[in-house]
Amino acid sequence: MIRKITKLFRVTAIRLSLIYTLVFGIVAVGIVFYMTGATVNVLRDQYQTSIDNEVAGLSRIYRRGGLNFLARTLERRARAPGANLYILVNPQGEIIAGNVPKLQNGIIDKIGWTGAPFKYERYDDEVNEEHRAIARILEVPNGMKLLVGRDVREYEDFRKVVEHGFKLALAAMVALGLLTWFFVGRRALKRIDQVSKSSHRIMNGDKSERLPITGSHDEYDRLSQNLNHMLDKINDLDDGVKQMSDNIAHDLKTPITRLRNKAEQAFTLDKKPKEQQDAIAEIIEDCDGIVKTFDALLMISRVESGSTVASMEALNILDILSDVHELYEALAEEEGKSLTLETDTPQSFNLKGNRELLSQAIANLLDNALKYGGDKIIIASYLKDNNLFISVLDDGVGIPDADKLSVTERFVRLDKSRNMSGYGLGLSMVKAISKMHNGIFYLEDNSPGLNAILKIPCQD
Amino acid sequence: MKILIVEDDEEAAKFLIKAFGEVGYNPAHAKDGETGLHLAVNEQFDVLILDRMLPKLDGLSLLKQARENGIQTPTLILSALGTVDDRVEGLRSGGDDYLTKPYAFSELLARVEVLSKRIGNDDSEAVLKVGTLQLNRLSREVEREGQKILLQPREFRLLAYLMQNAGTVVTRTMLLEKVWDYHFDPQTNVIDVHISRLRGKIDKDFEKPMLHTIRGAGYKLQIPEEAM
Repeated sequence: MIRKITKLFRVTAIRLSLIYTLVFGIVAVGIVFYMTGATVNVLRDQYQTSIDNEVAGLSRIYRRGGLNFLARTLERRARAPGANLYILVNPQGEIIAGNVPKLQNGIIDKIGWTGAPFKYERYDDEVNEEHRAIARILEVPNGMKLLVGRDVREYEDFRKVVEHGFKLALAAMVALGLLTWFFVGRRALKRIDQVSKSSHRIMNGDKSERLPITGSHDEYDRLSQNLNHMLDKINDLDDGVKQMSDNIAHDLKTPITRLRNKAEQAFTLDKKPKEQQDAIAEIIEDCDGIVKTFDALLMISRVESGSTVASMEALNILDILSDVHELYEALAEEEGKSLTLETDTPQSFNLKGNRELLSQAIANLLDNALKYGGDKIIIASYLKDNNLFISVLDDGVGIPDADKLSVTERFVRLDKSRNMSGYGLGLSMVKAISKMHNGIFYLEDNSPGLNAILKIPCQD
Repeated sequence: MKILIVEDDEEAAKFLIKAFGEVGYNPAHAKDGETGLHLAVNEQFDVLILDRMLPKLDGLSLLKQARENGIQTPTLILSALGTVDDRVEGLRSGGDDYLTKPYAFSELLARVEVLSKRIGNDDSEAVLKVGTLQLNRLSREVEREGQKILLQPREFRLLAYLMQNAGTVVTRTMLLEKVWDYHFDPQTNVIDVHISRLRGKIDKDFEKPMLHTIRGAGYKLQIPEEAM
């Protein structure tokens, strides 16, 4: 039980509501005291004013008609129903006129206002209850004293009602506060328990587990949703890495096996030094190929996992295109093909990217076009809807629609190209580079031939 | 030629020491960054070869501290870290060249040769001369045996680089890096075509060729034997 309570106090929501209730309670009690005090003071002031008025009236009567007239007036007023008290006492302290048979001892001795309310008895008292009043005592010539007072029952009743009301309200408030706190805190505790149970299951390897969402769209739901998105993303990355390592393992095993076979042959077979040297040269070439494949795979996987591969800077695409064009034009000409550059872009627009990687992407496309394309190859670029399009077109046999998507996957090589050199990573590298520039890469028909398009969004 | 190899992998270091020894170099070796820095600062070398990931002090910090100590020895960074940004970082730290592992020894040798000759070989020299071949960077004129040769801008840069490193083997990747500023490896041999075009212009009409293909390594521009 105690442990459960301690646990309850560790919940932030509960701690906060408890502090809140406490502060609220203290303020509320303060307000109750202040309000009752203020009300009582106002009432007492009213009573005192009415007593003062009465005293002033009686003084006038005394000045006009003397003691007898005053006594008569007192008798008359005392008989009238009401809360007023009138007493006239002789120098011996005996009551000679008024409506009060008995007073609390010592009240009449002091001149001026009585302090706290005093007790007295009434003539018209039937139930013999206790009466209390406040009063002012004056000296009248001949050593007599006059007491004018007022019963305070009405105001004490009022004070009690107010006090009672405030106490009730306060009790209700505290009760409600505790109740809310209990339910809210328990709810919070329950949700948090659910979340931590779910995360435990996830930690224990259940990758499909997700944090509970109640559909109430509260902050817990939002938090769970965000965490779930995060888990999805982590899962995707995780799957990507797994896929990647499977691919690498699979696709590097083939060339490594080939390499091993060649090395074994060079080692065991009785061969002339020249042949052995050639075999070793081939082995070195294969090694380089494996390294290139590995580098490309590494770069592609880095891009796909969203980590930075290269920094982006403002670029002039025309320079990039004409440089690559210039590099490849000589080769195309040598092979009896034509490579032309057709740009229709303004001199300057805001393109951020990496020169090296964009050049590599275009070079990869040109490598492919020279290898598989026709005799007429075009590098084209144009700006449309704030997107830069870089296109490498050829008039070769093209790629069937069914294969257009799959050729950009890693290691996909169409059957007819299997006997040609290359690692099957060129287009997936282009895809990765375009993704790094927030763009896309796709293939279209140039009928005849292939149109490989890089679409990169420009900054506004 | 004295070179310092800072490499923590014993095998790799042994291979480099042996290979450089065989081609006539005098290699020294340090196993970690601190020893490397100490040697680089206190002894004279023609070229430094630094691995990036080293115990005690990494290669780039070593290089920065050496440069702060006024050591201007040409430096080649040898690293498994090969992204575009890794390379930029390496060159910014004071490296003169950057080669990604694994590498062909011929490639490393060619680069070290070029670096070792860099001392006293001013990049901004206006007129380059190799035998009777002459290139003027200011007037952008090229002539051989007094005959004017017309070159495209890129051919001009290619020739300038070859002439600057005349007598030394330069590899295809070095040409791609220094003349085209590309650090990737095109699958097709685009460089060969540019070389043969250049050869057509500077060698074709003359008796003795100057631009040679070195099998398995690259190209070399040199004065024809008879002139030597």
